[in-house]
Amino acid sequence: MAGITGKDAVLTEYARKLETLDAPKGRSLTQDAMRRLVRNKAALVSIFVVLFIVLFAFVGPYFLPWTYDKIDWSGIRKPPNFEAGHFAGTDQNGRDMLARIMQGTQMSLIVAGVATLVSVFIGVCYGAIAGYFGGKVDAVMMRFVDIMYALPYILFVIILVVIFGRNPVLLFVGIGCLEWLTMARIVRGQTLSIKEREFVEAAKAGGAKPWTIIFRHIVPNLTGPVVIYATLTIPEIILTESFLSYLGLGVQEPQTSLGTLISFGSPVAETLPWMLIGPAVVLVSLLLCLTYIGDGLRDALDPKDR
Amino acid sequence: MFGYVTRRVLSAIPIALIAVTACFFILRLAPGGPFDGERALPPVTLANLRAHYNLDLPLIQQYFIYVGRLLQGDFGPSMVYNDFTVAEMIWIGLPFTLMLGFSAFIIGTVVGLVAGALSAVNQNKWPDYMLVFLVMIGLVVPNFLMAALMQLVFGVYLDWFPAGGWRNGSIAHLVLPVTVLVLPHAGRTARLMRGSMIEVLGTNYVRTAKSKGLGQRLILARHAIKPALLPVVSYLGPGLSYLLTGSLVVEQVFALPGIGKYFIGAALNRDYGLVLGTTILYMFIILAVNLLVDILYAWLDPKVRYR
Repeated sequence: MAGITGKDAVLTEYARKLETLDAPKGRSLTQDAMRRLVRNKAALVSIFVVLFIVLFAFVGPYFLPWTYDKIDWSGIRKPPNFEAGHFAGTDQNGRDMLARIMQGTQMSLIVAGVATLVSVFIGVCYGAIAGYFGGKVDAVMMRFVDIMYALPYILFVIILVVIFGRNPVLLFVGIGCLEWLTMARIVRGQTLSIKEREFVEAAKAGGAKPWTIIFRHIVPNLTGPVVIYATLTIPEIILTESFLSYLGLGVQEPQTSLGTLISFGSPVAETLPWMLIGPAVVLVSLLLCLTYIGDGLRDALDPKDR
Repeated sequence: MFGYVTRRVLSAIPIALIAVTACFFILRLAPGGPFDGERALPPVTLANLRAHYNLDLPLIQQYFIYVGRLLQGDFGPSMVYNDFTVAEMIWIGLPFTLMLGFSAFIIGTVVGLVAGALSAVNQNKWPDYMLVFLVMIGLVVPNFLMAALMQLVFGVYLDWFPAGGWRNGSIAHLVLPVTVLVLPHAGRTARLMRGSMIEVLGTNYVRTAKSKGLGQRLILARHAIKPALLPVVSYLGPGLSYLLTGSLVVEQVFALPGIGKYFIGAALNRDYGLVLGTTILYMFIILAVNLLVDILYAWLDPKVRYR
């Protein structure tokens, strides 16, 4: 029955016209955001520094003459010595500090990545479900978040770490399981406004089930705030991990993390300063840059503050 | 207002109960026990010990015994430090930790509010940039690193303050630990205050006040401060919880006689009584502060009161 109203002919004509014509280039929201991010000098520099630190941690070890657990019996507690290949000195056991810093950074980054993924996953699911169903479900779920907020969560992490032993994987998951609260709140708030939009109504009218609506229609629309908040979660998780490692509850020898290195470095900082300075500089610059990137992303993606 | 306060207080009770229950079962479901020492105890001794601490009863019965005693203010015995009850242990360490935490809390909040407000009023001028930078330092330098640096610089090289220890209440011993705790708290508070203050200063009613010819000071005091405080006030509860847990590390670095030292040891040794007692007490303190914060919030924002 094609062409009976003449509508198809008009549309085909229009489509052909669009194809041949040079349509003015539109800018998508993402492109807009990217442009704003690039214009933010602090964020741009931070992105490069973080990329450099990631390369340093994961590729750096292949260029060093020493590995992080190899003991150099002729160089124990030695300051930086370029001839022996100890570019950042050695620790009390004669292990190369630069190799250990690289390994520690690697560990901190992996913890941060995994724990952030876990917390984003829990936070998004929890927040979206609470926000979408609303009413009693929402009230109960959010009350639970409030309770969790009130608890001294580091104490819980300590108890969890003690329970699960010193298994790094469980450490990641444990931290992730406790860092999702703010994410859940943000996601819930966004969901409350998104679920009133027309496309959700259309999906509902089309007979989509609640779960499909949540995960196919609502969650993709949460990307902006989730990305922003996830970037801000990473430094917090790195801090938590280094805090635990500092207390001796984190990563175990000979593996190491930035927190462990600092905890070994700080008591001897007066006599062996290179043991503290290296890991401290890496940790602080990593946290500083991640915070700047998070702020930059927020400014770029969130149109409210402009 | 009275009705609101009553409702808040009543709703805190089930929360406290849930929290106690959660702590109890999480801790008890963990493998290991307080008597797994280096040397295995003879089975008879072990059985007697377990019977003495009621560890041989079904878990649910232990739970009711524990809660029953807790309601009478009895935290039970410590299972590792044999001669002490948990209440005695807590009494040794907690007052110090609280003193440290609360003095840092008060100083940090005041400093943060003032810094944030100053920063917002002078937005994009050099005092603002300076403060934002300082706040950033306070935020990203972890407390254990800051503690080590402070100790090294002010305790060892400059020798202005003692680098650690606690000689019966001299203020000088407290300067460095409190500073370390204040910095991140003040930083977070200042960041929040700056953001919300800038937002408030851009609102229509502040512009109206300005066009009426009101002076800057009067606008700030009468119109801007109160609404700008709202997000900061809601941060105070979590902020205090960060501070109290942060003091675990600070106490360790500066060799101070707080509860932190015992807590970590107790968790590792499965000293159920001590870990539970400490966590529960911490929770109660934080719940109480949250309650105060909620009431403060209702006072600041009438919308909350009448909901």
